[in-house]
Formats: sequence, structure tokens, C-alpha cells
Amino acid sequence: MENILQFFLLLPFLGFVISAFLPENKEKLISIIAFSTVFIQFLGIVLFSIIWIWNDSPDLNLREITVFKTAHYEFFINFYFDRITAVYLFVGALLTSMITTYSRYYLHREKGYKRFFTTVLFFFFGYNLAILSGNFETLFIGWEIIGISSFLLIAFYRERYLPVKNAFKVFSIYRIGDVGLLLTMWASHHLFHENITFMKLNNYELVNEHLQNHSIIGVFIALCLACAAAAKSAQIPFSSWLPRAMEGPTPSSAIFYGSLSVHLGVFLMLRTFPFWEHQTSMRFAIGLMGLTTGIMSSLMARVQSSVKSQIAYSSISQIGIIFIEIALGLEVLALIHFSGNAFLRTYQLLVSPSVVSYLIREQFYTFQLKSEKENFFFPRKIRNTLYVLALKEFNLEAFLNFVLWRPLKIIGKSLDFLNIKRVYFFFIPLFALGVIAYQFKEILPNELRSVLPEIFAGVGLVFVFKSFSERKSPFLAWILIVMNHFWIALAIVFNEHVTVNEIAFYLAGIIVSGAIGYLALLKLKQMEKRILLSQYLGHVYEHPKFAFFFLLATLGITGFPITSTFIGEDLIFSHIGSNQIVLAFFVASSFVVSGIAGIRIYARLFLGPHVKTYHELPYQSS
Amino acid sequence: MKTTIDGFDEHTVLHRLTHYLPAQNPLKDFVHHNTLHAFQHKNFHEALAKATTIFGYKTYLPLEDFRKRFNKSEINETVLDWVIEKEKGKENFSVWKDKLLNQNYHESVKARIGNLRANWKKEYSINLEKSTHSLLFRVLCSYLDQGIALWIFPEKATGFLAAIKALEQNTSQSLFSSTRVKELLFKNASITELLEIVVGKQELYEYYLFDQQFAHPGWSGMIATIEINPSSLLDTRPITFEELVKFELLLEIDVLDKKFNSNWSPLGLKVRAHEYKLFEPIKYNELFEVLSLWQKAFEWSFYDQVLASVKETEQVPVNSTPSFQGLFCMDDRECSFRRHIEHQDSKAETFGTAAFFNFEFYYQPVNGKFHTKLCPAPVTPKYLIKEEHRKKKHVKDFHYHKHSHSLLFGWIISQTLGFTSAFKLFLNIFRPSMSSATTSSFKHLHKKAKLHIENQNINDRESDLQVGFTIEEMTNRVEGLLKSIGLIKNFSSLIYVVGHGATSVNNTHYAGYDCGACCGRPSSVNAKVACFAANHPKVREMLKERGIEIPLETQFLPALHDTTRDEIQFYDEGILSEFNQKLHFQNQEIFSKALQNNAKERSRRFDTINSSDSLEKVHKNVKRRSLSLFEPRPELNHATNAMSVVGRRSMSKQLFLDRRSFLNSYDYQIDPSGDFLAVILGQVAPVAGGINLEYYFSRVDNQKLGAGSKLPHNVMGLIGVANGIDGDLRPGLPSQMIEVHDPIRLLVVAEHFPEIVKKAILKNPSTYEWFKNEWVKLVVVHPENKQLFVFEKEDFIHYQAIQKTNYVQNELEVDVETKENLPISILKTA
Repeated sequence: MENILQFFLLLPFLGFVISAFLPENKEKLISIIAFSTVFIQFLGIVLFSIIWIWNDSPDLNLREITVFKTAHYEFFINFYFDRITAVYLFVGALLTSMITTYSRYYLHREKGYKRFFTTVLFFFFGYNLAILSGNFETLFIGWEIIGISSFLLIAFYRERYLPVKNAFKVFSIYRIGDVGLLLTMWASHHLFHENITFMKLNNYELVNEHLQNHSIIGVFIALCLACAAAAKSAQIPFSSWLPRAMEGPTPSSAIFYGSLSVHLGVFLMLRTFPFWEHQTSMRFAIGLMGLTTGIMSSLMARVQSSVKSQIAYSSISQIGIIFIEIALGLEVLALIHFSGNAFLRTYQLLVSPSVVSYLIREQFYTFQLKSEKENFFFPRKIRNTLYVLALKEFNLEAFLNFVLWRPLKIIGKSLDFLNIKRVYFFFIPLFALGVIAYQFKEILPNELRSVLPEIFAGVGLVFVFKSFSERKSPFLAWILIVMNHFWIALAIVFNEHVTVNEIAFYLAGIIVSGAIGYLALLKLKQMEKRILLSQYLGHVYEHPKFAFFFLLATLGITGFPITSTFIGEDLIFSHIGSNQIVLAFFVASSFVVSGIAGIRIYARLFLGPHVKTYHELPYQSS
Repeated sequence: MKTTIDGFDEHTVLHRLTHYLPAQNPLKDFVHHNTLHAFQHKNFHEALAKATTIFGYKTYLPLEDFRKRFNKSEINETVLDWVIEKEKGKENFSVWKDKLLNQNYHESVKARIGNLRANWKKEYSINLEKSTHSLLFRVLCSYLDQGIALWIFPEKATGFLAAIKALEQNTSQSLFSSTRVKELLFKNASITELLEIVVGKQELYEYYLFDQQFAHPGWSGMIATIEINPSSLLDTRPITFEELVKFELLLEIDVLDKKFNSNWSPLGLKVRAHEYKLFEPIKYNELFEVLSLWQKAFEWSFYDQVLASVKETEQVPVNSTPSFQGLFCMDDRECSFRRHIEHQDSKAETFGTAAFFNFEFYYQPVNGKFHTKLCPAPVTPKYLIKEEHRKKKHVKDFHYHKHSHSLLFGWIISQTLGFTSAFKLFLNIFRPSMSSATTSSFKHLHKKAKLHIENQNINDRESDLQVGFTIEEMTNRVEGLLKSIGLIKNFSSLIYVVGHGATSVNNTHYAGYDCGACCGRPSSVNAKVACFAANHPKVREMLKERGIEIPLETQFLPALHDTTRDEIQFYDEGILSEFNQKLHFQNQEIFSKALQNNAKERSRRFDTINSSDSLEKVHKNVKRRSLSLFEPRPELNHATNAMSVVGRRSMSKQLFLDRRSFLNSYDYQIDPSGDFLAVILGQVAPVAGGINLEYYFSRVDNQKLGAGSKLPHNVMGLIGVANGIDGDLRPGLPSQMIEVHDPIRLLVVAEHFPEIVKKAILKNPSTYEWFKNEWVKLVVVHPENKQLFVFEKEDFIHYQAIQKTNYVQNELEVDVETKENLPISILKTA
């Protein structure tokens, strides 16, 4: 029975590939492919679930393929099916099939009709992969696909400023959440000494045995998971990204940010619940986070005067409650609540333009003067304070800026003296020195040898910070990202014994996509003369194919699962010891920030209002 | 408080600024108007060049587009040659034609607007917009919100800034972080004083304010409009444009203080002031010359087709009394409906007029808490029409209920209603039906509603309005109506007065789909009131004294045509005499046939409908569109509108106008002085011309002058739409409404003697401006010899049609194949 599971991935993937190769003007064909893919999937899931329930709903585990294997490490794809999977698959397929039908007419004649459906299918594939995943590695692949397709859908109106800005913002928060997932993977390797499957997490004895001796790692993993889930489900302090994600066509906002995408954090929590079930402090912490989110975002929902942000915040507040339900161990309730919330918010978003006529009519017939309906029961001062706080979203944006982006930019800016030449003349010799030092590793003093990995990884990390804050040369930004991976490789070889094969596996993807991207930048410079990162340039207007090509290269150097680097990253982590939390943190952060920096280069060069003004251009404020 | 210093007068500048801002009302009162109204005192082409140079708008189609149309013969070569020769002379003909067809031009626009404020980024590396806009829009929207938020703006006061002050005084969380800003707020610093801090150089103040406000023209325009017309918000919020500017300046100072610790010098000190002249005369640019020639060639390719046909129409004398008569709106959407009715019954006679039917009033339905204006927007009525009491149910839908957004109710609702909403969505996708969210034209006036129309007592007044019309007031209006459309004799025994409205769902611009002459409402109430008056025995008596004798058996019957669904609803059928009832019974058949044909004719432009299906199926599909949540184009509205006929029906009856024409009935014979003509043209220019130009500008620059695609729109405070949650309001028309529209100016074809028409348009200077500056194009048809005269440079010039007249046999057969515009032709069958 578990062998059928893989078809639920094959189908969306097939649909996505077919859709990607369809001609752009064939609206009917594109929508039919999208709809039939999703609808067949839906029927399949329903049928499968019925049979599964008939067979007393056993937990299913399917070990698909081993992608990479060394003596102490194995990367394999694994699928898992249980009650949670069933509900998520069902809700996902049902909503997506309704939305594809809906969008078939709704998007008629819209520029980017094909792009929309292809991205939706890509998202759908990623969603199913994440839901069906049986281990963290598989989950992470789906997670990444969802991240990038979200970025593309939010920036669907890529010729405008706000969608691009917000898409980038959301993508960045997603990546921050990924740190949590990466560190989880790293720590659970060390905890279980294997690539743990979700099936095994259910095994209380196994988990408990490992946790007993390593309770700190257990807390660490649970924290990382909570962080990943909080970012994905827009919990406090990440909440403010969700309303800002409502930039795409309404149906895509409805399904992704109203329902599916935003409930993935909930999924992660449900999925890993057996792991932290017995860590009472963690359950308490997660419940508390849910409660804080619930209260704060319902306050924010109250003051929203635009329909979509109101729905976004009220959805977040419900998700906060779902987190509490999970922490209380009420899995069934959480699943019901998830489905209900997903359906309700999708529908509310889809009918959101109707509120104008509905509410104005209501106002016309039932209006009461303000003074008659004093709706605050707080004293004036508290009322006003709460109002201003909620209106300013509790300064969450500023808080995140202060905690996350500002330090990043400050460190990056301290490297402003760097330019391409200096990188070549200064850092390549330095790197060479590192390589030479490796040759004489044995004679280096022990104290030095033990801190070198951190130092090298630190240099790499600072490089990506600089790349992230670079305001001029895209070449420099690009090179810095590429070099970061080399520094990490250097750090790892100093850390532990690593085979050449493993390093080659890790760097191969970087080298290839790095070179392709660099050439693409040269070509772009030749075509457009001045290419700077100081503003959005919007070159996708003239070079859509070229932009797509460059996006692939960007995904390549940022470790997206299209090159060997993706597995290489996981491999690298397996060489970081369980006591080297600083190193693990440096490496995880530089992976994550390099992803952000890479997408930033793509966004700045190709998206946003076009620099050339010979055609209609939107205002910056739209 | 200083408001003026040398050369800078706050009020003058603010006044000038509001003049240039978009003047679009809140959504519920959406009315079309000329987007570039501020430039109307200039000649059309001159104004366009100026608007582009100063504000960076695209005002023509791209050059490439014109050339493509030329290659597809949408622009006629003979016409093009004629235009070039006329404008540039024979000797320069080949040079200019070559320029039009082959020369490359830089079409990039370097607008003046925004240049001064761009220096914040250059000199201070600060993105002021990014730091201020989000909070500014949020506060404005929360203050003006008409019922989205659960918590309304907590302080109410006599004005926006007063409310902000009250809020600031009673909170421990301030909107601002700088103490200096709070001081400035409380000491009521004037704009001039604030500008001294921010800009510092007074010759730059005006430029700076333009830059600042045109960074978000949507909100600025909305505030300016609300200031002028506060009642456009049902829940009124006092606010002035001045307060907006002050508040924004305060926010700017706040951001700058926060970043530079009050340690920054005004922007003006960093720039050379003489480089910034916003309204400096523009330099000659050959591109505009080329574009304007193309535009003229494009327009005349169409105009000439029309005129070639108009000239060839034959006068058919009307002898017998028509089988029935119908008064319709002048709206272009009624153009084909009238034709189909006449084809179903060749003895029927139809008229076109502005569908408020000369009755201007406020309307208050039963249980209504407010008055709705039912007449053209510029008119301020003195009358109130009330619906008499009846039981009325108000359908509620909990999916829109605010409680779904609160924490605990949300918890319950999402686990209960959540599941029904999946079901509802499923139903709507596969079987769309009427719901409480549908804006339905027929709901505007209930079939059984009784209205209080006749004023019994002159002292019967409510909130300064007279309740109902007196006999004399009704008579005056009916007389005006009948005379202006030329219906003063030969009355049939049944005369329909047909208003129109639209049905749609998930449509924020629903008001723009209804009758423009009724302020964006369906015109059923007006039809009912007009019929009541015209049927009133005392009114008839008085009319008789004034020379209009309506036979006793003649009855007026109100109706409403739903232009989206192509359905009709009749009111007051109970009053009909037995004879008329029979007649009406037969006519209903005619109407329903005509509606089906009309639906079919419309359907060829809809991609999701196969027009060659059976009439019933096409009609069913057309109706379905109006109820589908996922249909962004329930109908195409005024798209493709291009002309307006003011004259007897005989002039347009044989023409196939492809639903592109406004049709005003007018008979020159009963108006030798041109008085009624002046009134009609005074309405045609701003109403039809306004619609036409709004479509024009939304089409040529859908990003800056239009609303962009409606798919990502987010409703802000029930007053406007924006992109995302932090975006500026987007006035203008969404791309879905204009994509099939060809941007050409309105051609007004009027039937009368040129000298009378001249006199008529000169009567009102603001009407004259439209014609003189060629924002609409006026052509007069001599009623006796059918000669054509074009109004140019304030004079009528004889015009000879260039193209050959087109003839078609059957309009329903030419239609089905193409989605493009069809040639204007003469219908042979007619």
C-alpha cells in the first residue's frame, strides 16, 4: 500500500513539468493541465484514504531511494502517511483544485497566465512533498520549494515595487525559519546517529532513550523546530509578513497565505509532536507562544481597515490557538481547526471584493452613530495605547529589523572597502594560505587548529553579509556568495576528516552554477551597460527568458535542491561535531543568508519597476 | 501661525495641487470623469504633451502600437495621408509620413515630478517614502474607515488633526518618536513653518509639495475629494487636504529626526533651486507631434467611417402611430438593445435621454438611514422621494461577519462555518447563484415598493429637502423631458420608461456599472417617478395647457434593464388599462427576444462564451457571468465607446454602430433656438465625454492613470482599492475594464444647423471648453441637405467623407466570428 504514496508526488511533478513546456498563449490547455493534475490527485487521495481507513489506518512508511551514502552518512528520501498526512493532503488537494478552476477564468488575459499556473503546480508539488515526507531531509526539500514558489507568487506582479519588496521580505523570513530546520537536522543526526524518520519518532522508547542522556540537545531541537514553525506560520514575532504577502492575484493569496502555506508550521509541530511531547517545558513554551500570538494578532486584526490584512491577522490568531491545542496534545481538534480555518480564510479572501457592496448596504440600513456603540470597555488611555500599538503592529517590523537585518547590514557595511579587485588580490591569496595551512595541519599549534574552522566559517559568513548589503556591484555580491561556500569547505576540512569526494560533491553545484551566473551577469552588463544593485532594475521586462535562466543559476548557488550542493550542505553538517554549536550556527546562517543574498541579486536586477521609461510604469507606492 | 511668506501662499498652492490630483469619489459613488480635467483649459494635444512632461503619464498609445494598427489597416492609409497633408501641408508630406512610419524616437519619459524629493535618497541616503507611506496610509485609512475594522478610530473630534492630537494626549504609545514633532503638532505649526524645517528654501516649497503628494496621488486625491464632498462618506469624517499635508510633513520630520537625531539640514540647502521649475513651459518634442498625428489618423479612420454612413442614411417618414414607444438611457450599452427592439417590432419607436429622466432627487428606501442621490453628480437636488413602509428582510451572511475576526468567536466560527464555506465555494464555482453579496440591479427598487412621489403640502420637508414634487414641478420636468427628446405628438398608447442597472459580484467598481446619470445607481426609481408624473391626470392637464396633448389612453410604464444579464423588470403593471395590458403582454415577448439577441451580440467579445451556440444557451451563459465570483468581467461596461449621436432616431436607426455610441434623441424642428440642444450638449460633453476620456487615459496608461489589474486589489476602508496592504489607492479603471477599448476621443454627431449649434455650445463656457479644446470632437449634420461640418479652431468647416460606406445584411451574423471592433455600417435590413 505504501508504494502508492510516490504517485502522489509523481503526478504533481509531471503536471508541473508539462505545464512548464506549454506555449504561453494556450490558456485553455494550461488551465486544463493544472486542473486535471490537481483534481486527479484529489480523487486519488480520497480513494486512497478510504482504503486506508478501511484497513484500520496503519501508519505507512516508504523508503524511496538513497541519494548519497558514505560510511557514516546516508541521504535518503522517505515518505510517511498517517492521520495528519491524510488531512493535510485532502485539504490541500481540495482547495487547490477549487482554486485552479476558479483562476482559470479569473486570470483570463492576465499577463503571466502560464507563469501563474506553473508556479501553482510547483507549489503544489512542494506542498505534497513536505506533507508526505518521512524524514527531515525530504521535508526540507518540500519546504524549500514552497519558499521559492511563494516568492514567485507574491512577486507575480513583478513590474511593481511593493510586490517585489514584500516577496523578498517573506522569502527572507522563510529562510530565517530554515535556520531552525537546518540546525534540527544537524542536531538530530547527532542525537540519533542516523537520518531519523518520522516513523521512528513515534517510537517512545527510542526517543526517550536518546533524550535521557542528551536532554539539552532535545531542548535545542525542539526550540529550532518551534522557530521554524513560528516563521512559517507567522507567529509572533514574525507575524507581520503574512498580511504583506497578499500581493498576488487574490486566489493565490487565498490559498497560500490564507490557508495552505501558513498552516505548514502547524504541520511541522504536529509531525514532530511525539519528539517534544515529553518535554513539558517545551510544550509550555510553545503553548505560550501560541497564546501570545493569539492575543496580539487578534488585537491587530481588530484595527485593520483593509480587508485582506484583517483576514490575515485573524487567521494568524487562530493559528496561535492551534499551537495551543497542539501543545495541549489535542491533535484531532487541531486538525479540525486547521481545516476549518483554511477553508474559512480561503473563502473570505476570495469574496473579499464583495465586502464593499455587502458592508455598505449593511451600513446604509443599520447605521448607528459612533457614540452609540462605544466598543471599547477599557479606560481611554489604555484603549488608545492598545489602538496605537495594534496599528503599528506592536513595532514587530522594527523589532525584526533591529534584531535581524540591522546587524547584518552593519557587519556587511563594515566591509565596504571590499571591491572585486580587493577580493581577488586579498582573499584569494588568503584562501590559498588556508589551503597551504591545511597541508601543514599537523604542525599548527592545537589551540589555533581548534579555532580555525570557526574562523574560516566566520569569514564565509561575513562574506555573505557583505553580499547581502552590497549596494553596487552584482559581480561582487555574486562572487562573495560563491566564495562563502569555499570558506565553509575549508572550515570543514580543518574540522574533521572529509573525503575529496564529499567536498567535490558539495562544491560541484556551486562551481557550475557560479560560473553560469557570472557569465550571465557579464552578458547582462554587455546588454544593459549599467547594472547596479542600488535599486530595482526590472530587466525581466525585456529579457524574461534570460531572467529565468539567471534565477536557476541563483537557485544553484544558494543550495536549492536542483544541484548536488543541496545534499552537500547536509553532508557538511554531518561533519560538524555536536559540541560545535558556534560552527553549526555559522554554517547554517551563511547557507540561509546566502540564499537571501542570491535572491536579492535576482530581484534587484530583474524585478521591480523597469529602469527604462518608454512604457507604462507604476508608481513606487503601488 | 505663518501661512504665507514671499512668493509662497499656502492656500493658493494647496488649491492648485488639489486641482491636479485625481478626483475620484469613494467606491460607492464611483462616477466617470475626465482624468486629466486639470488640463482641460488647454488644447487636447498640447495638454497631453504637458501632462507627460510634468507628471510622467503616458498619454498616447506607444508608437509601435500605432504602426501595428496601420499594418493591420485599422488605421486607414488614405485617412493618414489626409491628416498629414492637412496638418503639415503638401510640401512636407513625404518627410512627415516617413517620420510616422519609420523614424525611431526615444519614447522614454523623464518626468519633472519627483525630482526634488529624489534628493533625500541621493544626499541623505534615506528612503522617506518607504519610512512614511505605510504609517501614513494606515492612519488615514483607519480614520476614514467606513466599517471594516472592528475597532474604529478611538478619538472623534472636529477634524483629522484634532483627532490625532486627542489620541496623542491620551496614550502612552505615540505615533511619533521625536518630541520636536509632538511639539509642532500641538502648537499647530502651519505648512509653511513645517516646510521651513524640511525644505528651507521657499522657492522650492511648491515643487516639494507636488513631489510629496504625487508620490501617492491616490490617497491625496481621495482626501481632497472627501473634503469637497464630505457626504460621500455615509459615516462622515471631517478631514481636509491641508491636514493631510501637515500630517505627512510631521511624519517626515519624525523619520528624519529619528535617523539623524535632529541633526540634519533642510533639503533645500543641498540643491540648486533654479533647477527645479515644475511648470516651466515645455520644450518642443517631435515625438509628440508624430504621436498626435497618429492619434488623429487613428480617430479619423473611425470618424470617417461613421460620417460616411451617416450621410447615406435615408429619411423614413413616420406616418402612423408607433405600436409602442420606449425611453431609454443615452448609455452606449442601450444602443444595441434599442436596435434589437426595433428589429423585433418595426413599428416600435425608441428614444434616448439621460436616464434620470429629468427628475433630480434624493431617495430614501424603507429602513434606509441615509439619502441616495439619484441624478447627475454635479446637480444638488432639493427633493426627497421616500419609499412607503413595507416589511423588508435584510439577508445576512456570516462569512462577512466581523466576529469571525475575533479570537474566541473566530475559534468557533472557523470550526463550523469554515466547513460550510468550503461547500459554498464549491457551489459558486460550479453553480453560481444569487447571494447576499451580489449587487443586483433589481434589488434597488422592489417590484412591490410604493413611493411617496407627489408633494401634498409644501411644508412637508425633511432635512431641508421637500418631500415629493408638486404638480407644477412634475409638469415642468415632464415637459422638459418630452421636448428635449422630441416626443410631443404621435403618442402610442403604451410608453415604456426604461432605466438601467447592472448585476455583479466580487466587483469593487460596481457603481461604475450602473447608470452614470443617477450617480452610479440603477435608474429604476427615476423611471418610476417619471412615469408617475407623466400618468398623473393633473400633470396631463397642465401639459395640455402648454401645448403637449397626451391622449387619455396613453400610459407610461416604468422598467429596468439589467445590462449585465440582459433582463428586464417592469414596475406598476397593475395600473395598465385592459387594452394596454394586452399590448404589454405582446410586447414582453418582443423585449425578451430583443434581450436574447442583445446578449448574443454582446457575447462575441466574451472569451468563455461560444457565440454560435443557441440563443438560449448564450443568454444563460451571459447571465451566469454576472453571478460568478471568479468572473472579473461580468460585462464590458462602456469599453469601446467612441461616439455620441444627438438627433432624431432616423439618423441612427439604420446604422450598425457596434454598441459604441451614446444616443441622445433630439428633434431640431421643435427646438429652432437650440435651447434644448444646449442642455443636451451640456450633459453629453461631461457625461459621455467624461466616460470616454476616463477610458482613454486608463487605457493608455493603466499603471499611473488606471487602477492596474483588479485581481490583486485589496479593499481599503470601503472607500477605495489598493495593491497589497501598504499600497496607495488606485483610482481610475482596472485593466479588465479597458483592455478591449480603443483610445479615441468621443465623436459627437449633432443634427441641426451649424450656426444654431455654435450658439448652443457657446451658451455655457465650461461646455464650450470641451469642444473648443477638442477633448470631444463635434460634427454637425445639416438636417436638410445632410452636409457635414467639423468644428475646428472654433469654426465649422465642411467635411467630405473619404472612405466608402459599408453595408451589412444582418447584424447577428457579422458578429459571431471576431472579438475585434466591427466596421460602422448601414444595415440593409432596416
